Amino acid sequence: MPEPFLRLSGVRKHYGEHLAISDATFDVMPGELVSLVGPSGCGKSTLLKVLAGLHPHDGGEVRIGSPTHPFDPARDVGMVFQAPLLLKWRRILDNVLLPAEILGLPMAEARERARGLLGLVGLTGAEEKYPYELSGGMQQRAAIARALVHDPKLVLMDEPFGALDALTREKMNLELLRIWKEAGKTIVFVTHGISEAVFLGTRVVVLTAGPARMADNFPIELPHPRTLDMKTHEQFGVYCRRVYRLLGME
Amino acid sequence: MKNWLIAIAAHAALVAAWYLFVKLGDVPRFVMPGPVETLNALLEPSYDWWRNILVTTTEIFAGYFLALAVGVALALVFTWSKALEAFFMPLLVSLNMIPKVALGPLIIVWFKYGILPNSLMAFSICVFPILLTTARGLRETEPELLDLVRSLKGSRWQLFTKVQLPGALPYIFSGMKVGAILAVAGAVVGEFLGSDKGLGYLMLQVQVTLDTPAMFMAVLMITLIGMVLYGLVLLLERLLVVKDARGA
Repeated sequence: MPEPFLRLSGVRKHYGEHLAISDATFDVMPGELVSLVGPSGCGKSTLLKVLAGLHPHDGGEVRIGSPTHPFDPARDVGMVFQAPLLLKWRRILDNVLLPAEILGLPMAEARERARGLLGLVGLTGAEEKYPYELSGGMQQRAAIARALVHDPKLVLMDEPFGALDALTREKMNLELLRIWKEAGKTIVFVTHGISEAVFLGTRVVVLTAGPARMADNFPIELPHPRTLDMKTHEQFGVYCRRVYRLLGME
Repeated sequence: MKNWLIAIAAHAALVAAWYLFVKLGDVPRFVMPGPVETLNALLEPSYDWWRNILVTTTEIFAGYFLALAVGVALALVFTWSKALEAFFMPLLVSLNMIPKVALGPLIIVWFKYGILPNSLMAFSICVFPILLTTARGLRETEPELLDLVRSLKGSRWQLFTKVQLPGALPYIFSGMKVGAILAVAGAVVGEFLGSDKGLGYLMLQVQVTLDTPAMFMAVLMITLIGMVLYGLVLLLERLLVVKDARGA
C-alpha cells in the first residue's frame, strides 16, 4: 500500500473571528484528481491557499509529499485560477514560461517543455500570439500549460472553468482528464459544479458552508477514461444525489 | 493610413480658415497676423529663435524626465512599504492641490532665474500625475497573480519587474501623457515669471513692441515642442505596451 501524497487531518483556519474551514480530513494518493465541491463560503478556496503555502492553517495537520514522491513547496505547486490571468504584454509561450523564469530553471529546456505543453493542451501554433487574440477557453488552456511548465507534483485548480460557457466547460472537462492522464499529476480541483466534481474526480470531498466544515469524502468508482455518456449512467446520478443531499438540496 | 490623411487635411483646413479670416475680414496685423506674416517673424535675427527654442526645450525635457524618474521611483517605494504609502500619500494628495504656478515666485527666490528654476516649475507641475497614476497602476495587480508568484516563492523584485511594472505601464503612460502637456505649461509659465531667455521670455519682449506675428510664432513653437514630447511618449508607448492594454 503506497503512502498518500497529501494527508490532511482536522485542518482548521480562521480569519479573525470568521471560521473559514474546519474538520478537513482526507488523503489523496499520488496521481489522484480530487474534487473539492461546495457552495460559496465553504472554505474550498481557503483550503487551496493553505495547500499552496500562501496562508498558514491554525489547527490540524497538513502533510504534502511521501518517501516515493518528495515535495518541494517552492517548486512543486502549480496553480490555475478562475480567470486565466495571463500577462497581457507577453506572448503565449512567454506566459507559459513565467514560473520557469521565477524559479530560475534553465531556459532552453523550459522553452522546449513549454512548447510540448502547449501541444498537450491543444494550443500548437498559438505560441507567438498575445492573450487577447485567444478565446477564454484557449486562454485557460494556456494557464493550465503555465501551471505545468515547472513540472510540479501538485496542481491546484480554483474553479478553473467557472467563467466559461457550458459547452466549452464540458469540452474542457474532457481535455483536463486527458491532460491529467498524460501529465500524471496529483490535482486538487475546486468547483461548485456538482456534476463536474463527480465527473472529474477519482474522489470527491464535500464542504458545507455555515458552519464551514468538511461533510464527506468518498471515492468515485467510475471507469477511466471517462466519457460524457457516463453522465447518464445510474451510478453517476447516485454520486450526484449523495452530494446534493449533503449540501441540503434534496 | 486614411486617418492620417484626414488629420493632415483637418490641419490644412484650419490654416486655410485662418488665412481667409484675416484676409477677408481685413483684421489688423497687430490683432491677428495671417499665416504668412507669422512665418515671416522667423526672419527677424534679433529674436534669436534657435537659442530660445533650445532653452525652452531643455527646460521642458529636463523637468519632464526628472518627474518621470522621481514619480516612478516614489510609486515603487510605496508599493513596497504600506507604512510609507499610508504616511506620504495623503500628504502628496494635499501638495498636489497647491497651484504650482503659485510656487513660481518662490522658486525664483530660491533658485534665481534661468534654466534650472524653469525646469523645476515643469517638474513640480507634472510629477504628481505621473506618481499618482503609477502608484495606482502598481496597486491594480490582480491578487491571484501575486498568489501565483508567491506560490513559487518569487522575490519582490521578480514580482515588480515581471508582473507589477509591465502591468502598470498603461497607467504610467496615461500619467505621462497628461504630464507632457503640463510640463510645457510649467516651463513657459516659469519663463513668464522671471527669465532672461526662452520662448516665454521672447513673448514678453515682443509684446512691448506689439509684434503680434512673433508672439504667434512663439506660441506655435511652444506647441510644436509639446507635440514632439507627446509624440515621443506615444512612440514609446507603442513600443512598450501591447495593443490590447493600450489606452486611448
